[in-house]
Amino acid sequence: MTITLDGLRTGPAQVWGSIRLVPLVRDEPVPHLRLHRKVFEEPVTVVDVGDAAYISFVPHAFVATWSDGDQTQAASYGARLLERDTRAAPPRMPVRFTRRMARKAGKDRLRFLPLHLAVEGYLALHFGGPEIAWEEWSRRAVAHGLSPRCEETYLGRRVRGLEDALRIFEIHPGQCGVLVYVADALASAFVVPHPDDYRALHPTLVEDLFGELIYMYGLLGAPAGDLSAPIDAAGVRTLGDLRAAAEMREAEWAAFHDEVMAGRLFDEDGSRQAVQSLHGFELARFLPSFALGRENHIGEVITGGDGQVAYLKTFRLSEAQVRRGYLLRRLAEHDWRLGAAAAALGADEAGLALRLERAGFGYLLRQDVRDHFRARRRAT
Amino acid sequence: MSETFADLVACEDVLMFVNAAITSTGQREFHHDSGEQRLSLEFLHEYMLENYRDMYAAVLALDVNDHNAAIIIRNLLVRAGDVEVERRRGEGRLIARRLELMPPQRVYRLFRDLRRLGVNNRRTRAVIRDWMAGRRDPAFDSVKYRTAVKDAVRHAHLRLHGEQPAFLFAPSGVKAFQTPLYEQWRRAHYEQAAIYELPYTVAEGFAARHKIPREVFLERIQHRMTRLERLRLQESAREAKVEAVRADLGEMPLTRLASYVLALPLDDRARRRAELSQALRTAARRVAGAARGSWGRVTAVLDDSYSSLGSGEKRRRPLAVALAAHYLLEALAKEYTPLWTSGRTDELLVYPSGPTPLGHRIIDALETGPERLLIVSDGWDNAPPGLAADVLRVWRTRLDPGHRRAPGQRVMIVHLNPVYDADDFDVRRLAPGVPTAGVRDAEDLPALVELARFAEGRVGLPKLRAHLADRTASFLGERA
Repeated sequence: MTITLDGLRTGPAQVWGSIRLVPLVRDEPVPHLRLHRKVFEEPVTVVDVGDAAYISFVPHAFVATWSDGDQTQAASYGARLLERDTRAAPPRMPVRFTRRMARKAGKDRLRFLPLHLAVEGYLALHFGGPEIAWEEWSRRAVAHGLSPRCEETYLGRRVRGLEDALRIFEIHPGQCGVLVYVADALASAFVVPHPDDYRALHPTLVEDLFGELIYMYGLLGAPAGDLSAPIDAAGVRTLGDLRAAAEMREAEWAAFHDEVMAGRLFDEDGSRQAVQSLHGFELARFLPSFALGRENHIGEVITGGDGQVAYLKTFRLSEAQVRRGYLLRRLAEHDWRLGAAAAALGADEAGLALRLERAGFGYLLRQDVRDHFRARRRAT
Repeated sequence: MSETFADLVACEDVLMFVNAAITSTGQREFHHDSGEQRLSLEFLHEYMLENYRDMYAAVLALDVNDHNAAIIIRNLLVRAGDVEVERRRGEGRLIARRLELMPPQRVYRLFRDLRRLGVNNRRTRAVIRDWMAGRRDPAFDSVKYRTAVKDAVRHAHLRLHGEQPAFLFAPSGVKAFQTPLYEQWRRAHYEQAAIYELPYTVAEGFAARHKIPREVFLERIQHRMTRLERLRLQESAREAKVEAVRADLGEMPLTRLASYVLALPLDDRARRRAELSQALRTAARRVAGAARGSWGRVTAVLDDSYSSLGSGEKRRRPLAVALAAHYLLEALAKEYTPLWTSGRTDELLVYPSGPTPLGHRIIDALETGPERLLIVSDGWDNAPPGLAADVLRVWRTRLDPGHRRAPGQRVMIVHLNPVYDADDFDVRRLAPGVPTAGVRDAEDLPALVELARFAEGRVGLPKLRAHLADRTASFLGERA
């Protein structure tokens, strides 16, 4: 999987408290694609999928519009701000899971909920549970798999300081994206095709999903560090030198940011799955490799025919979420055979069983098997 | 040098306070809300009153804004008993002089504050009595600020003369007043024609009561409007198709005029370009006065980034100050180069948008080889952050052609900041080596540039005291 932010220039960061916003600037907007926002009348939706009902809060959806010929310079069509007092958002929300998250909303339009594709991809990770009914797995695991699986996320509004930071952020001319850092941890990346779209969608970041880690970092309020390196005055003899030094400093910052701070945004070992494609644009979601102890981002992306990123939105998984993803991946790799997976992880079956339990997947194992492993662990 | 560490601290404290008292009005700013502003400002006042009471009082002679002047006067009167008679008398003179310069509604509000706080010592009563006695037209005040005058009279136990007590306290018992204004007010209750002889704000209330159509009212009341009322109502009158309400833009104060211009849509500004720039130039020339053209080669870096938007309470104030400063500097300088941070060159069409690349703009400015470089900005430098400080530091230490010679030979760099930073208890600075002064009205710019010398830290407390004494003397002397 290779996604790169080619065509986007990294601008100087702006800091407010623990929030650091790094603008991404395009010299030329992506042709033939615009995003605008559609506000749902009823923010809380219930989707009936047979034996279980899923409740979710859907703050807004993005609608991608294709225009075939001319590139319109007007502000994005139909962009509206959500009325703040329509309904109080629930503080935490299980995420809606439906079969078709990206729908055609017209001949040349595609509607999708921001980030839900990505979250869906993460939630559906080996959703069906074990394919082979090994004896350790509980009846429920075999019959229903991981269903229902839910993850907790936080509304951007709940991340302390984010709302203020977005309000006072000075949008750059030509800006088409932003990277949000909380206490210098990359929380989210957001890219749109056109500067006007960005201007219209900039405030929607407070309605995005953020993980537990980011929420906690916001709560702790550690101020973002000062990363600017002072100009070395030794070599400066003229104003021209000074200007060159200033420009170099800016280039250094951009390089540092791209290589170090945002270096783990795209995981080379992760996977990518195309969801839909239309008029040469491809809507896809990507998952990381779930490497433990590192940053892991899930996300969704629209790429143009030339591979240029037109739209991107990512979500940083918390440590616990990474652990869960990691365990599921390892189990699936070994066809859900407990012994083989444990061996691959360098542990015994009892250890893996306890680990599964701690990760919240205890219900997948039979009760007596769990008791047995626990007793054995106690005996040793 | 007999300068002690305590002196340095005192000097910094006083300057910090002066900067705050010039810029902050306790209202919301772009970065901080009004709660933070008030809390921070109140602490500063308390601190000054406790530690440097003499200089605290002397600050009244500087160009601090009316909001802070009122707080200073209030604090001095609340704690009048803390100092001996001689000092109290001196403070009384400063207070009296400052009250004369303040708009009457502010003074009445201050008196009500004192009443609310239960401050009724002899000095307070004397201050209220003297100020009320000095009013040119007590009848006008009684009509325009009726309840406030009543409160002040009650609080200070003033003796009133003529019909004033009857008008204030028992108007319903009077069949007809001798004083024309009182009589108009009485008749305005039932007669529409009478309201057009009343002050505009009073008449507005009666007009609403008589349900007089807005355009008719504006048309007929316009001869009673004050200068600023005209300016304020100009655009809404235009919408109501009342052409009679016409402010003479040429006689408006500079910063107000800049605010007015920035409130107009861009199309209007372009259409009325000649009229508006003419008015701004006239106002600037009036401020510059005799100093016109005496500043030599001047370059200004003016901030029109998104944060110059100010807040809902101080709409486009930072940008208005920058625009007013632009015209003033144009008048003061012999050769003048303006550089807006956004790179726009048409000053009449500026609007707040985009980031603040101050650092690059300062390099551009230094390349023009100025004698004076003025930076008008809120001190938030973000594209990239800290570059302006770096540029100024390197310039001062390595490049400034006069940096090895006498201080007078150096390029004079001053940063003027229209925004109070509640977190730092001061206006935000750009670089340690460059003096920063708070600015509220561009009209004060020449005086502030002078004050900024002290902020650089090379002129000590004795000189600052001398400066304050000087200003106080001329401030009080003007009355004689």
